[in-house]
Amino acid sequence: MKIVVCLKQTFDTEAKITINPDGKINDQGVSLIMNPYDEFAVEEALRLQEKNGGEVTVVSVGGAKAQDALRQALAMGADKAVLVTAELAAMDEYSTATILAKAIAGLEYDLIIGGFRAVDDGSAQVAGRVAEILGLPVVNVVTKLEVADGKALATREIEGGSEVVEVPLPAVITAQKGLNEPRYPSMKGIMKAKKKPMEKKDPAGLGLDAAAVAARVCALEYFLPAPRAAGKIIPGEPAEATAALVRALREEARII
Amino acid sequence: MNFDLTPDQQMIRDVVRDFADNEIAPRAAETDRTGQFPMDIVKKLAQLDLMGLPFPEQYGGAGADNVSYCLALEEITRACGSTGLTYEAHISLGCMPIYLFGTEEQKQKYLTPLCRGECLGSFGLTEPNAGSDAGGTQTTAVLEDGQWVINGSKCFITNASFARFVTITALTDRSRGKRGISALIVPTDAPGFTVRAGYEKLGMHGSNTTELFFDNVRVPAENLVGKQNQGFKQFLSVLDGGRVAIGAMGVGIAQACLEASLAYAQQRVQFGQSISKFQAIQFKLADMATRIELARNMYLKAAWLKDQGRPYSKEASMAKLYGSEIATRAALEAIQIHGGYGYIREFPVERYLRDAKLLEIGEGTSEVQRLVIARALGC
Ligand SMILES: Cc1cc2nc3c(=O)[nH]c(=O)nc-3n(C[C@H](O)[C@H](O)[C@H](O)COP(=O)(O)OP(=O)(O)OC[C@H]3O[C@@H](n4cnc5c(N)ncnc54)[C@H](O)[C@@H]3O)c2cc1C
Repeated sequence: MKIVVCLKQTFDTEAKITINPDGKINDQGVSLIMNPYDEFAVEEALRLQEKNGGEVTVVSVGGAKAQDALRQALAMGADKAVLVTAELAAMDEYSTATILAKAIAGLEYDLIIGGFRAVDDGSAQVAGRVAEILGLPVVNVVTKLEVADGKALATREIEGGSEVVEVPLPAVITAQKGLNEPRYPSMKGIMKAKKKPMEKKDPAGLGLDAAAVAARVCALEYFLPAPRAAGKIIPGEPAEATAALVRALREEARII
Repeated sequence: MNFDLTPDQQMIRDVVRDFADNEIAPRAAETDRTGQFPMDIVKKLAQLDLMGLPFPEQYGGAGADNVSYCLALEEITRACGSTGLTYEAHISLGCMPIYLFGTEEQKQKYLTPLCRGECLGSFGLTEPNAGSDAGGTQTTAVLEDGQWVINGSKCFITNASFARFVTITALTDRSRGKRGISALIVPTDAPGFTVRAGYEKLGMHGSNTTELFFDNVRVPAENLVGKQNQGFKQFLSVLDGGRVAIGAMGVGIAQACLEASLAYAQQRVQFGQSISKFQAIQFKLADMATRIELARNMYLKAAWLKDQGRPYSKEASMAKLYGSEIATRAALEAIQIHGGYGYIREFPVERYLRDAKLLEIGEGTSEVQRLVIARALGC
């Protein structure tokens, strides 16, 4: 079985986010990691491969540094990697999905897995768009996956419960927390990773011109959330205090 | 000049850091309190191929370099000193003599199970009457009918309760003094060989420290490691590598002290502000961070020299001397920054002090390191 995993390099979840004077997010000196949801995707692909044989290819669209995230996936056990570096002034989910889909279209695949969202922009769009471009079914926020006889049986989270969905392969699956516990790359895996193939491409090389990948959505402004104000203790007897609390929630916090 | 780690070294450090934070650190206080050897953690280290990290794949190792090993050791020790010592003694003292001086058969037979983590590595040099002066070894091994017959004892030997065999030093030619010492591999189940773990230690409670007793223990002639009467030179070169590693352990503990102190200082409020706003506290933290950076550069340089096949004896001693002394100092300052809580077990910094102190003693005391450095200066 041939599995393609889409992965993104994101800021470390503990990184302190700041905004440059030019209004852009400051990425200097920030440590970068593989998007944690994509780690679930890589782990699931490796488990399926261990069970059914085949090959796992990891694909990323990003800057040159994104190779580190791909190399981590290779160290975990993926067989090969494809990095598409896009030097675009602005990118949106449309650009990324267009490039990813084109890169994946040139590969063989029975299954495509990705994280359901990236922890940085959190838009949860890319995998769905890739499925749409490639004309494949997609199952989102999957917490359990079984693959047999050209079909995938996926358990996904829905409001108040879960749903079991069957789709024919090839299909796109997006991983939710709980799907698995990702492994640590082993030391031998790390040492082997650099010997595994890492193909580097760009949109032009994939046959995509600038207009085809130009962003459709433009971010106008970035701003940080207001700093958290100090907490407030409401004194008094429970009955009075509760009334004061409700008043504060309604009039000051305006949340009820 | 290039201060960047290679991508492999970086990934090894990051993965081990993650592993240490998630799997080792949460257990460290309990390990210290109970003195239980954390065998399950050792098994996990083996699953990650850490138990053979700097050895070739043909012996079950991961084929990484010494810089990577020291980075991994720093991270493990930052999380738990005892686990760090177990790991350090396994690689630097247990595996290394066999890797450096063993025959091909010995490497297949002994190094491979060590690298796979099937058993722990252990090295018996120190004796009741031969510590800093390890050339004064009194344990003897006499060749009789194709077998070495060993008599004597060793003290303070790490990991031996969990070893299938221990590499020990013994006098094989009394007339030659320290030039008559040889290294021998002794299976721990050999008749007449007793391993006793009974020390009550200041720190490193989760590390296994033992006494070894040899009463007419017989091992085959082929258990000699390398050439006969070369034991003294061999252990000096084994200790060089170990000293770099102890330097890395010192940095690990000092880093843990800094992280705990910074977090505490930022959150502890006195006189209406967090104590990290007081210059007296800031200077302690700044000094700690500076010494850590220097000690880290020192062990990395020494490990790099070793990886390049260049002489590194002096740098190894500097890395150990400095790394271990700044660890103790960092731990003392960390306790001071924590005030009363620093003295209480609820916070980890008193453990850091008890663990750090060992690093100024094991594998050559600070005094011995100064002697080695002074000798290299031509004194
Ligand atoms: C927890 C622990 C684990 C250990 N693990 C191992 C192990 O796995 N294998 C092993 O072989 N050993 C091990 N050791 C032993 C350790 O290496 C020795 O304790 C150390 O080398 C010091 O020897 P000593 O204890 O005999 O002290 P001594 O040599 O008696 O030293 C006592 C004091 O005298 C000083 N001194 C000695 N000679 C001089 C000199 N010429 N000039 C100035 N000062 C001097 C020393 O620096 C020290 O301050 C371990 C020790 C401990 C505590």
